Amino acid sequence: MHDMMRRYGPGLTLLICLLVAFWLLMLVIVPNITLFEQSFRPYLPVVEVGGPKDFYSFDNYMKVFDGNVEKSLFGMSFEIPVHVYTFFLTILYSMLVTLVCFAMAYPLAYYMAKIVNPTTLPTLLLMLFIPLWVSEVLRAFAWWIILAFKGPLNALLQGIGLIEDPIRWTNMGYTGVVIGLIYTYVLFMLFPIYNAIQSLDTNQIEAAEDLGAPWWKTHWRIVLPHAKPGIASGSVMVFMLSAGSLLVPSILGSTTSQWFTQTIDQWFKDALDWNTASAYAFILLFLCTVFVSLALWVFKVKLSDIAK
Amino acid sequence: MSAGIDLENVCCDFGSFRAVDHANVSVRPGEFFSFLGPSGCGKTTILRMVSGFIEPSRGVIRIGGKDVRGQRPNQRPTALIFQNLALFPLMPIWENITFGLEVRGVDKTTRRAKADELLRLVDLPGAADKMVSQLSGGQKQRVAIARALAVEPQVMLLDEPLSALDLKLRQHMRAELRAIQKRTGVTFIYITHDQGEALAMSDRVGVMSQGRIQQIADPRDIYNNPVNGFVAAFVGENNVFTGDVQNPSQGMASFATPHGTFRARLGDIAGQTNVKLYVRPEHTALTKAPGPENSIPVTITEVSFEGNFISVLALSDSGARLTAEIRNDGAATVPEMGAKMHMSFDAARASILPDADVRS
Repeated sequence: MHDMMRRYGPGLTLLICLLVAFWLLMLVIVPNITLFEQSFRPYLPVVEVGGPKDFYSFDNYMKVFDGNVEKSLFGMSFEIPVHVYTFFLTILYSMLVTLVCFAMAYPLAYYMAKIVNPTTLPTLLLMLFIPLWVSEVLRAFAWWIILAFKGPLNALLQGIGLIEDPIRWTNMGYTGVVIGLIYTYVLFMLFPIYNAIQSLDTNQIEAAEDLGAPWWKTHWRIVLPHAKPGIASGSVMVFMLSAGSLLVPSILGSTTSQWFTQTIDQWFKDALDWNTASAYAFILLFLCTVFVSLALWVFKVKLSDIAK
Repeated sequence: MSAGIDLENVCCDFGSFRAVDHANVSVRPGEFFSFLGPSGCGKTTILRMVSGFIEPSRGVIRIGGKDVRGQRPNQRPTALIFQNLALFPLMPIWENITFGLEVRGVDKTTRRAKADELLRLVDLPGAADKMVSQLSGGQKQRVAIARALAVEPQVMLLDEPLSALDLKLRQHMRAELRAIQKRTGVTFIYITHDQGEALAMSDRVGVMSQGRIQQIADPRDIYNNPVNGFVAAFVGENNVFTGDVQNPSQGMASFATPHGTFRARLGDIAGQTNVKLYVRPEHTALTKAPGPENSIPVTITEVSFEGNFISVLALSDSGARLTAEIRNDGAATVPEMGAKMHMSFDAARASILPDADVRS
C-alpha cells in the first residue's frame, strides 16, 4: 500500500482502490448476499412481501426432495426425487468430463513439456489457443452442427464404414453434453498440468530410466506425483466449470439430458421463482465445494499446493 | 562385478556440429577413468552415449565386450550420477536409494535392509527416513552414490558430481569417491573440467578438446609428458615460446625464438606446422648468474606469495612475459621486485609440442 502510494501518488491510488472495492462489493458480494438472503424467503406476490407469510425457512432448499420419479440402474429400480436425480447425474457426468479431460490432457501436457522440440512449441500453443478466440456459444453451436443427424461426424463414420445408420448424438442421453464440455474445458486441465510437468527437472526422468524404470513406472513414481498439484487444480477447475455450465447443456443437450444448472435456470426464468432458484444455486455451490474438498483430501492435496 | 568399456571410432553429430569425433578408448574393468576437458569439449556427450541417452552417429560402444547399440538406459548395466544429482525430492532417502530395486520388483523389507546397508557404506547411517531437502550438499552426494550403487552397476558414470560443493567438501569427497570405488571395484567413468580432481582420483585420464580425445595416459604422464600444446596448457601452467625447430636429433632439438635459441625435448610433431615450446613455471630456476643452458635475462615484475609456493612474474629483456614458481620449502629466497636475474630451465623438462589435435 505504501509502495503503491509512492509509485502512483494519492489520487491514482485512491481511484484504483475504489474501483477494486466497487468491483468486489457491487459485482461479487452484494449480488451473492442478496440471493443468499432471498433463498430463505418464500416466493410471494408483491403485496405480501414483508407481510406475515414472509419469514425465513429452509422450505426452498427442501424442494429438491419433491416429486419422486421411477428410475433404474444396473437392473435395480428405485424411486428418487427428480431434482436429486438430476443433481447426481450432473456430478457424475462432470466427473466423467474431468476424467476424460485428464486422460487427454496429461499425455499432451507431457509431450509439450518434455518431448516436443522447443522451436515448434509456440506453433502448438497457438493451435491450441485459436479455438479460444471464438466465443463459447459459437463453439457449442459448431459441435451441434458436427453432431447433427446429417452432420459431418455421422457422414465420416458412415464413410469409413464404422456405422450403418446415422446416430442422434445429442439425443443419446448426456453424450452431446459430455463431448461439448470436454471440448470447452480441456485446456483448463492442460495448462496447469503442463506448468507442473515443465517445472520437473528432466534429469529426474532420466535418472529413473537410468535406474531401470520402465516408462510407466517413471510416470507413476516420478512425473505424476510431481504433477499432482497441477492435476488437482486442473481437475477442480474442469469439474466446477462443468457442473456450473449452463450454455453447453442448453445447446448440446436434449430432453434426455437435464443438467442441474438448467433446473436452476428454469426456476429463475420459467417459474420466475428467484427464491427457490437461489436456494438451488447455493445447494449446487455448497455440495460441489464439499465434493471438491473431499476429493482433495482423498488425494492428499493441500490448497496451498494448488496455489503454487 | 565390473565391466570394461570400449569405444571404437565413436562419433556423435548434432546436426552439422560434431560433438564427439572418432573417440577410441578402452576403459579396463575396475578402472577409475576420467574425461577431462573444458565445457563443450564433448565429454558429457560421451557419458550420455555410454549410458544410452544418446546413440552414437558412428562407431561402436561395447560394455563388458557386448555391443550396446539400441539398448535403452534402463537396459544397460550402467548407473549415471547426474551433475545436479537428480534425487527424487518426493521420496524419503531410503526409497530414493532403492528406487532401482523397486522397479525390479524387490520386496519392501529387502529394500529397506539394502538401503540401510548402503547408507552405512557411504557413511550416512540413520538418514533413511529423512527427506532430500533435509540433507546438506555433501550428504545428498552420498545418497546419489548409494542410489547408483544399489542397482549393482558394472559401470558407474559420474557427470561432474562434485562441482556444486565447496572446496573443502570437494576435496573430502574426492578421497571418499576414490575409496568407494576401490571398495566396490566398480568401473568408474568420471567427467570433470577440474584438472585437480582428474589427476588426484584417476587411474587414467583422457583429455578432450573440441570433440577429440587428445591424450589418454595416467595422471603423471598427462602432466609430465603432454602430447600437444592443448594438453600442456589445459593441465597446469606453462611458459610458451613460438619459434622454429632446428637440428632435431635423438628426441632433442634446438628451438629458435625471438628470445634466444633453446634446447628441448622434441614431441611428435610430424606433419604439424604450429609448433611451440612449453616450459612449466615450477621447472624454471631464477639465479643471479646465467644458468648452464636455456638461460634468459629477466627483470622481476611481480612476486606473489601463495602459501606453499611463490609465484614470480618476470619480463625478459627481449620482451617476453614469463612465470616462475619457487617451492616454499622454508629456505627459498624470495626475489626482489625489479631485480635483474636469469631464468633458466633444464632441456629435459621443456617440450616442443604441436598445437591441439583438431584434424577431422
